[in-house]
Amino acid sequence: MTIAPSTDGDIFDVVVVGGGHAGCESALAAARMGCSTLLLTLSLEKIALMPCNPAVGGIGKGQLTREIDALGGEQGLNTDRACIQMKLLNTSRGPAVRALRAQTDKKLYEDSMKRVLCATENLRILEGSAAGIIVSRETITGVELDDGSRIPAKTVILACGTFLGGKIVVGERRFPAGRMGEPPATALPVSLAESGLELGRFQSATHPRIDSRTIDADRMVIDPGDEHPSRFSRFSQGVLRNQVPCFLTYTNERTHSVIREHLHLSPIKTGSVSGKGPRYCPSIDRKVMNFPDRDRHPVFVEPEGRHTGELYLQGLTTSLPVWVQELVIHATPGLEKAKLMRPGYAVEYDYVIPDQLRLSLETKRIANLFLAGQINGTSGYEEAAAQGLIAGINAARSVMGREPFVLGREQAYIGVLIDDLVTKGVDEPYRMFTSRAEHRLLLRHDNAHARLSPLGRNIGLLPQSRYAMVQEDERALEDLLQWLKSTTVSPTPELNKLLEKKGSAPLTEGQAAAQLLKRPEVCINDILKNIGVSAPGNAGPDIMARSEIELKYAGYIDRQRQAIERNRRLEDTRIPPGFTYLDLEGVSREARDRLERIQPATLGQASRISGVTPADVSVLSLYLKERHDAMAD
Amino acid sequence: MQEFPTVAAISTSLGTGAIGIVRMTGPDSIAICDRLFRGRRGNLAEAASHTLHYGAIAEPESGELVDEVLVSVMRAPATYTREDVVEINCHGGPVAQQRVMSLLLAQGAGLATPGEFTRRAFLNGRIDLVQAESVAQIVSAKTEAGLRVAMSQLAGGLSREIGSLRDDILGVLASIEAGLDFSDEDIEGMDRQATGGSLTGIAGRLQELIESAFVGRVLCEGVRTAIVGKPNVGKSSLLNALLMRDRAIVTEIPGTTRDTIEEIINIDGIPLQLIDTAGLRPAGNEVERIGVERSRRAISEADLVLCLFDGSEPEDDHDRALLTSVPMDRTILVINKADLFRGRQPRFNRGLLPAEPVVISAMTRHGLSQLRERISGLVLGGALPPLEGPMVTHERHKQLLEQSLSALGRARQGLRVGLGEELVAEELHGALTALGGITGDEVVEDLLDRIFQEFCIGK
Ligand SMILES: Cc1cc2nc3c(=O)[nH]c(=O)nc-3n(C[C@H](O)[C@H](O)[C@H](O)COP(=O)(O)OP(=O)(O)OC[C@H]3O[C@@H](n4cnc5c(N)ncnc54)[C@H](O)[C@@H]3O)c2cc1C
Ligand SMILES: Nc1nc2c(ncn2[C@@H]2O[C@H](COP(=O)(O)OP(=O)(O)OP(=O)(O)O)[C@@H](O)[C@H]2O)c(=O)[nH]1
Repeated sequence: MTIAPSTDGDIFDVVVVGGGHAGCESALAAARMGCSTLLLTLSLEKIALMPCNPAVGGIGKGQLTREIDALGGEQGLNTDRACIQMKLLNTSRGPAVRALRAQTDKKLYEDSMKRVLCATENLRILEGSAAGIIVSRETITGVELDDGSRIPAKTVILACGTFLGGKIVVGERRFPAGRMGEPPATALPVSLAESGLELGRFQSATHPRIDSRTIDADRMVIDPGDEHPSRFSRFSQGVLRNQVPCFLTYTNERTHSVIREHLHLSPIKTGSVSGKGPRYCPSIDRKVMNFPDRDRHPVFVEPEGRHTGELYLQGLTTSLPVWVQELVIHATPGLEKAKLMRPGYAVEYDYVIPDQLRLSLETKRIANLFLAGQINGTSGYEEAAAQGLIAGINAARSVMGREPFVLGREQAYIGVLIDDLVTKGVDEPYRMFTSRAEHRLLLRHDNAHARLSPLGRNIGLLPQSRYAMVQEDERALEDLLQWLKSTTVSPTPELNKLLEKKGSAPLTEGQAAAQLLKRPEVCINDILKNIGVSAPGNAGPDIMARSEIELKYAGYIDRQRQAIERNRRLEDTRIPPGFTYLDLEGVSREARDRLERIQPATLGQASRISGVTPADVSVLSLYLKERHDAMAD
Repeated sequence: MQEFPTVAAISTSLGTGAIGIVRMTGPDSIAICDRLFRGRRGNLAEAASHTLHYGAIAEPESGELVDEVLVSVMRAPATYTREDVVEINCHGGPVAQQRVMSLLLAQGAGLATPGEFTRRAFLNGRIDLVQAESVAQIVSAKTEAGLRVAMSQLAGGLSREIGSLRDDILGVLASIEAGLDFSDEDIEGMDRQATGGSLTGIAGRLQELIESAFVGRVLCEGVRTAIVGKPNVGKSSLLNALLMRDRAIVTEIPGTTRDTIEEIINIDGIPLQLIDTAGLRPAGNEVERIGVERSRRAISEADLVLCLFDGSEPEDDHDRALLTSVPMDRTILVINKADLFRGRQPRFNRGLLPAEPVVISAMTRHGLSQLRERISGLVLGGALPPLEGPMVTHERHKQLLEQSLSALGRARQGLRVGLGEELVAEELHGALTALGGITGDEVVEDLLDRIFQEFCIGK
C-alpha cells in the first residue's frame, strides 16, 4: 500500500517519523511553511510525552525554548498552556544566565500539543511504525512501515528518540523497549546502518514516581514558584495562577548506607547497562560512589500534573532493583512511608553519530534525509525541540529549493547546539549549558526575540501578527533607551541617601540616567522614583529590565561583538562542497581525516574540529585562496 | 602517518666546530645514502637504528672519494622527525659538505626548505606547537645561553608551566561556572575573597613568565643596541672596533638561508644585536632631518643606546638635541676620539652630560674594555635571573600572556567591586582563550570535565 496526501499521484513534501518533542516541532514547522506534511508515530496516545521530568526549561535549556518561540516554534506556547509552576532561575546572578523553568502538567502538555497538531493545516497524522528508509541514488525517497506499506516523500525527518534498538534495564531485568511500556524500533536502526550511517550507543535513566498522598510534606522544604510568574512565550496570553508547589528534601547518611549496601546490584557494578550515560545526570548510586564525602544530595519532589497523584523524585535517578529503590526512598526524610507508583529505570539505545550531519541537520550521505532530537545523541526536550524546528525548516526549504537555514554560534544557543553536534560529535548524551556558548552575554533569555524573530519572519514561519508584537517591543526599548540617555538625574538628597544605602558613591552633579544605570547596584526603579515619573511610552516591566541589561552589559557586549568581527573572516570563508582534504600537504594526517569526515562548511567550522590546529587552518586557508585565485583566472 | 618526500640540508653545529653535518629525512634517506656510502662493514640498509658508521662518501660513477665521514642511521619512528633520518658528519669543511649535498640531490633527495625538519616533527605529531616554535628559536639562537633556554623550552618547560597556569584558571572558572549552570543544585556559591586570592597567585606567576620574556628574547635574539651620534662622530669605527675584538658569531644553521645570517657582538656572553644607524652621509638639511628621524626610531626600538660624542670638537646643537632624546636609563654616554686630546681635557664640554661618560678612542681601541664593562653592567644590572625555569622567548607568546594577564586583572577587579559572576567568568574565559593561543587547547570540554569531577551535579 502507498500512503499519499491525495489520490492524484502526489507525494508528501515532508514525512516526520516520531511524535516526540523534536518530531512535533518538525511537523509543525514544515506544515506551517506550506509543505504537505505527514507525522508518523508509534502511538497517538503518546504524542509529546515527557518520559523524564515533568518540566521544561532550566539554565541553558530555557534559552533554547525562548529561541524556539522567537522563531515561530511551539514548545514555549505549549509549556505555558500546561504550566503548573513557573520559576525564573539565577535571579541572584547576571541576566545572561537567567532562565525560566516550568513544571508542567504532563497530560495537559501532551493533549494541548496534540490539539495544535490536529488543527494545523497541511499536516496529516498517522499511527504506525517505520521499519526502514528507502534510498535511491543517495537520496531519500520515502519510508517503509512494518506492515510493508510505503510512504513516498521528498524529504524525511527521523525523530525517533530513544527507540532505536532500545533496551530497558531495571535491576537484574533487561528487556527490549523504547520507553517503559512501549516497543522499541528494531528494524529501523538496521536499515540506517545498511544505508551507511554509523550508529553509537548511549544510555539514560529516569527517576521513580511515588504517590503524593504518602509523603510527609512537613519534613521537606516547600517550593511555591515565583510570586510574579513570567511566561515562556512572548505570545502567550493571560497570567499563570494557582501554582502547584514542589518540595525539596535531602538524602542523608541512612540513604547512602542503604545504597552502599546494595551497590553490588547496581548496573554500575553488574555492568548490565551498556552505552555511555550523561555525566550531568548521574544515578544516585553513582553520586554516592563518586562523592563519598557529601553527606547529602538534594531530592526535588515534583508533581506530574493536576489530575494525577504521581510525584516525581528528581535526584533519585536509579535503575537498582525495584525493592532496593523502595529501601532507598524510605531511608530519605519525608519519604519514609512513600508508596512507589513507577520505579525508575535506565534505557539504552542507538543514536546516529551526529558528525555525519550538515549544519542543516541533513545527513551528508543521504540527501533530503534529516535527523533531529535524541537520535542525534542529545538528551532533553528543549535540545530535541530546537533540532526538530531547524530540521523542519530545512526540510521545507529543501522542498522549496532554498538554501539551508543555519544559525551561527553568535546568533543563538540553537546555533551552538547544532554546530557542536555536527562539528565535534558527542561522547556522552549532549545537554546545553550556558558555558558552551562563547557569546553568552549576547545570547540571553531576554533578547531571544530581538535576535531571532526577524529571521523567523523572514523564512515565513513566524506569523506577521506575532512579529508585529516583537517589533513593538523593540521600538519601546529603543524609546526607553533614548529617554534614559537624554534624561538627567539630579543629585537630590533623597537620591544620594538611596545611593549611600546601596553602597554607591553619591552624585555631586547631574548625570544622564543611562550613565547612572551602569552602576551594578543601581536599578531602573531607583531612577524613575527619583525623577518622579513612570517610564515613557509603553515600556512594561520586561522592557525596563532589558534596558537595564543593555546598559549594564554595554561594554562587554561591545567586546563580544568585536571578537565576533575578528572571527568573521574565518566564519565567512566558505569551503566549496566536495572539497577533498586527503592530499593536502602540510596539514596533519589526523586533521585531514577529520576534515574529510566533517566536511566543514566554513573555515570557522573547520577551526573548531578537534585535532585541527591553528596551523592546519592557516594552511587550509592558503589552499582555498589558491583555488579561489585559480578559478578567478 | 603521511609520507613526505625525502629531503636533505646542510646543518652546521653551533659554534665553530669543524665538523659539518648534512642531514636527510624521509622514507628513502637510508637508500639514497647507501648509494654514496663506502663503509667498512657493508650496507646501511642492514644497519640497526641509532648506530654510527665510519666510511667515505664517493662519487657513484667515478668512485672518486669526496670526504671521509661518520654516518648515523636513525630509523623511524624514534627520530626527531619520526621518519628515517641519516646524518652525514663531514670532515672536509664547507666545500666537502656542498659536494656531499649535491650528490644527495642528484640521487633524488629534495632540498629541505627552512624549518622543514621541525615542520615534519610537528606534523608527524612528534612535538607540540610550543615545542615547534622553540625549535624555530634554536635555529636562530645566537648564544650558548640562548640555546640552553630554547632547549629547555623544547623539553616542555614552557608548555608545562602554561599548562599548569591554565589548569589553575580552569579550576577557578569551574567553581564559578558550576554555580551559574547548576545554581538550582546543592552547590556552594563562589567565595569572592578566596577566588580573588587564587587569581592573585595565578596572576603573579603569569607576571613572572612575562618578565622572563625580556631575558628570553635577549638570550635568543640579542640586546637590541643602537649606536647614535652626529655624523662622523665615529659610529662605524666603534662598531668595527667592537667587531674586531669579538669576531661576530656567524652561524649557518639548518633551515636558515644565507641572507638571514646576522652579525652579533658577544660581550661577556651577552649578545648585542646592532640596529643599523651607520652609513648615513648627510648633505644638506633634508638629509639631516631624515638622519635625526632615523636615529630617533632606532632609539625607540633599542634595549640599549650607545650615544657618541666627538671629544675633539666643541659640542653643537646636534649633540644637545641628541642628549634630550636618549632615554638615560638605558643609555651609555661615550666620548670618542680620545687619541686627539690624549691626556688633556676634551674640547667637548663634559659638564653638559647628565651622567659619567666613557672616554674611548675607536681608532686606538683605548677605553674599549671599560665600555664593555659598562655595557654588561647595564644589561645584567645584577638582575638577569638564573637560566632555569620556563622562559618566554616568543613575542607572540608574550603578547598572549599579557592578554591573559590583563583579563585576569579585570576579573580580580570585578570580584572586588562586586561585578556579577557571569562577567567575572567572561574575563576568565578570555584569559584561558589567550593561553589556548599558545598551547592550542580548547576550553569548554576541559571546563565541563572539571565541573563534573569536582562538583556533584545532576538530578
Ligand atoms: C528513560 C528515559 C530517561 C531520560 N532521562 C533524561 C534525562 O535524564 N535528562 C534529560 O534531559 N532527558 C532525559 N530523557 C530524554 C528526553 O526524554 C528526550 O531527550 C526527549 O524526549 C527526546 O525527544 P525526541 O523528540 O528526540 O524523542 P522522544 O521524545 O523519545 O520521541 C520519539 C518519538 O518517536 C516515535 N518513534 C520512535 N520510533 C518510531 C518508529 N520506528 N516509527 C514511528 N515512530 C517512532 C515514538 O513513538 C516517539 O513518539 C530521558 C528519556 C527516557 C526515555
Ligand atoms: N682620531 C680619531 N679618529 C676617529 C676615531 N673614531 C673615528 N674616527 C674618524 O672619524 C671619521 C668618521 O668616522 P665614522 O666611524 O665613519 O663615523 P660615523 O659616525 O659612522 O659617521 P657617519 O656614518 O657619517 O654617521 C673617520 O675618518 C674615522 O677615521 C677616533 O677614535 N679617533
